[in-house]
Amino acid sequence: MQLDEFFVTGEPLIYAGMVSIVLVSAAILFILTYFKKWGWLWREWLTTVDHKKIGIMYILSALAMLFRGGADALMMRTQLAFPNMNFLNAQHYDEIFTTHGTVMIIFMAMPFLIGLMNVVVPLQIGARDVAFPYLNALSFWSFLFGAMLFNISFVIGGSPDAGWTSYTPLAGAAMSPGPGQNFYLMGLQLSGIGTLASGINFMVTILKMRAPGMKMFQMPIFTWSTLITSFIIVFAFPILTVALALMTLDRIFGAQFFTLTGEGMPMMWANLFWMWGHPEVYIVILPAFGIFSEVISTFARKQLFGYKAMVWAIILIAGLSFLVWVHHFFTMGAGAFVNSVFSISTMLIAVPTGVKIFNWLGTLYKSRINNTVAMMWSLAFIPSFVIGGVTGVMLGMASADYQFHNSYFLVAHFHYVLIAGTVFACFAGLVFWYPKMFGHKLNERLGRWSFWFFVIGFHVCFFPQYFAGLDGMPRRVFTIIPEWMPLNIISTVGAFGMGVGFAIFCYTIVYSYRYSERETSGDSWDDGRTLEWATPTPIPFYNFATVPHVDSQDAYVKLKEEGKTTFEEDELEPIHMPSNTGQPIIFMAFLAIASFGLVFEWMWMAIAGLLAGIVMMVIRSFDYDEGYHVEVDEIKRTERSARGL
Amino acid sequence: MKSMKQFFKRGLILLPLSLVLFLSGCSQMAVFDPKGPVAQTQSDLIIYSIILMLFIVVVVFAPFAYFVYKYRDTNPKRKESDYDPHMHGNTMIEIVWTVIPFIIVVALSIPTVETLYELEKPPESEEAATEDTKEPLVVYATAADWKWFFSYPEEDIETVNYLHIPTDRPIEFRLSSADSMAALWIPRLGGQKYAMAGMENTLYLQADEEGVYDGRNSNFNGEGFTKHTFEVYAESEEDYNDWVEQTQNEAPELTQEEYDELLEPGLTTEAEFSSTHLEWVDHGTNDGRDYAVNRHYDLYGELMHLYSDQEAEDFMDEENDDDHESH
Repeated sequence: MQLDEFFVTGEPLIYAGMVSIVLVSAAILFILTYFKKWGWLWREWLTTVDHKKIGIMYILSALAMLFRGGADALMMRTQLAFPNMNFLNAQHYDEIFTTHGTVMIIFMAMPFLIGLMNVVVPLQIGARDVAFPYLNALSFWSFLFGAMLFNISFVIGGSPDAGWTSYTPLAGAAMSPGPGQNFYLMGLQLSGIGTLASGINFMVTILKMRAPGMKMFQMPIFTWSTLITSFIIVFAFPILTVALALMTLDRIFGAQFFTLTGEGMPMMWANLFWMWGHPEVYIVILPAFGIFSEVISTFARKQLFGYKAMVWAIILIAGLSFLVWVHHFFTMGAGAFVNSVFSISTMLIAVPTGVKIFNWLGTLYKSRINNTVAMMWSLAFIPSFVIGGVTGVMLGMASADYQFHNSYFLVAHFHYVLIAGTVFACFAGLVFWYPKMFGHKLNERLGRWSFWFFVIGFHVCFFPQYFAGLDGMPRRVFTIIPEWMPLNIISTVGAFGMGVGFAIFCYTIVYSYRYSERETSGDSWDDGRTLEWATPTPIPFYNFATVPHVDSQDAYVKLKEEGKTTFEEDELEPIHMPSNTGQPIIFMAFLAIASFGLVFEWMWMAIAGLLAGIVMMVIRSFDYDEGYHVEVDEIKRTERSARGL
Repeated sequence: MKSMKQFFKRGLILLPLSLVLFLSGCSQMAVFDPKGPVAQTQSDLIIYSIILMLFIVVVVFAPFAYFVYKYRDTNPKRKESDYDPHMHGNTMIEIVWTVIPFIIVVALSIPTVETLYELEKPPESEEAATEDTKEPLVVYATAADWKWFFSYPEEDIETVNYLHIPTDRPIEFRLSSADSMAALWIPRLGGQKYAMAGMENTLYLQADEEGVYDGRNSNFNGEGFTKHTFEVYAESEEDYNDWVEQTQNEAPELTQEEYDELLEPGLTTEAEFSSTHLEWVDHGTNDGRDYAVNRHYDLYGELMHLYSDQEAEDFMDEENDDDHESH
């Protein structure tokens, strides 16, 4: 392969990307070396198995991916602002919408939520870590290497350009030759390992490691949503794994599963993709529901209204999520009966979702709303998500969907649910739990600015797109006709508003790091209801010196009433903790090398990487490290300094 | 508080008004500007659903706005009774807000399913009882990267990137694709269906008004997707028959060689022929599914470097230039 085939050439925007990648990497290497931070980085972060640190790494990576996906979005909106724009050509535009979708769903939304789960769930149930800390680190590194592999595609080899759904036959070897589509397959496959492992990990953690006495129906609602999400992950992700593997066989080894030649079945890909893909959208929305529930009940200073109904609604939504995948291709011609069945199952999801919305309203009734930034994100979610929800029901009406399908109406709908649902939840959750993670709050004044820019920008950006769709504007076109211009200009302005909001959010992080008051109390918002607020800030690495006995919902509310803490000195015992290990990052680095080899079809590299991966598994099998114990004296010292005793 | 109540009252009065304004604004939009019975049915169904959805939006937004306003901590008029931290639920009201959405879902499902079955048949015009029912006109619509072939088997003509149809007669589109998956969508005549290789979908559409309507592939299928469009000329039966006759007499016959060349991935201009490619291949059958891929396997990866202001003609000219050079 020639060097100019290896690197992407000829696009000024991509050259700029290359230069910035080189500069940023050089700056990071320089800073780490200059401040002699390599050892610190290795000991404290790269080899950590602490769920809180892994969660923070997930969230930071997800923010970086949000930046990347957002930059893609702004480029697209620029190209679509006016008719006959020549900012991006068709091919470049195709690559950008493909990476935008894939990055936002797989490498932004999911990791962000998994990051929050990592930080919060063990704390909420009174656990000292997740069930399998080693596996948790492995999950993170598989995600990060998968994301990096996918992201370098735009400078090396070329980005995938068949859409995030990658429908065959378009995405097959015949119509999309070259490494681009392989980046999609291998990036998703590699990070999928981690997602599946996370699902198993949280399932076991929540089922087996709850504080003594905590019944299932006393778990915080975010923990509930994480548990159900884990079940969806475990049932849905294997489908994606198989589908990706089959397409990999098609593209790299000449199999004919989804090809037009040799009796392949291209439409089977669409089925498999959405059998995973529809549950996937619930993987990113259910934890969001959990976050909103926590934030709303905390800042409404009120117990969650209809807790049991909320839980059952989550379970019902999760079950239905596996029964609606055909609504993504009503127009495939499956016939009136099949479309009727899936149409009705789709619309039925609105019922439990409606119950949740009304329960949040019920929580607000007779409350005392403390309008913090986290609460504002959660409140903004309710009306915004309702708009996304009702248009979702409209899309679910198959006979009307023939007009909505593949149009900007659909684009507006899924951005309304994914941004107002997932992204608002990520912001709400990050702002809410930020003091627990970093020992200081995010500045509220700046937070409000970023909130208003983002939320207003969001509506200005996506509301007009419903009408563009009704006017016949299909998704994924790289240029518009003059009739669609007014709506598209408005939409582009809104998109840049969101960009400003995100920029302010990032600035808030920097500003707050420098100027925010350091937290002294563990209960940062004074109204904490669940056990994470019972720990001191900063949270000791073992989380709980003594694990409280739980016998009610909102365990921390009761603890506060009883005047108890998680540091009952007479109950202290040595704490068993897992040791740090460099194995997960090394293991996943080898698999990343193997994946990179497969992308370019360099078999020697793929085989070498896989063999090294197997060696790592063997090493792990003979690993007898049982962890270590934290002695009572050390616990006492740590707790006293953290609690200012 | 009084001003607040007034605000809401006024808002409620304004709501139907804004609905009227909203819907009248919509009549400009393609989906709400139906030119045939299929699009009309779908437009009616959509408007019906929008009304129900607006009801839901009001039912959620009104208490939401009221609660957020009234129960804010900083409200100077807060009373002791405005705060009840231990309220955990209310079975009665929870049943109500489960049942009402369920009823709405039923109210949406019934017309949806009815329409679904209706759309699988040729549209019946209202005068059908009095007039002779017209047999649907069969048109094979075949997508290829990135052009459309319309074959009229009975008239034995074929057009590229445009078609003529008579008004007031159902059109039975037999959809398929020579290569990547596409979808045929003419918003003013009705919703879309996929066109796939090795599979035949039937889509019934009909135009009641004469005019030129935009049609396109709405399913992303690669670099030329945006330009994968066509135009529909709906005209009176006489005009249509004249056009058919003229095409039969004046257009050249389509040879397999020329057809294979047209199948090469790329953009192409409008064209017409006095025979159809169905004589040697039907891409909607299992035998025809790999026809194009087998012939042009290596051409799909080539980039056109397509910019927004480029049209099919640009690429045709280039091709002609190439031909001149090679000759």
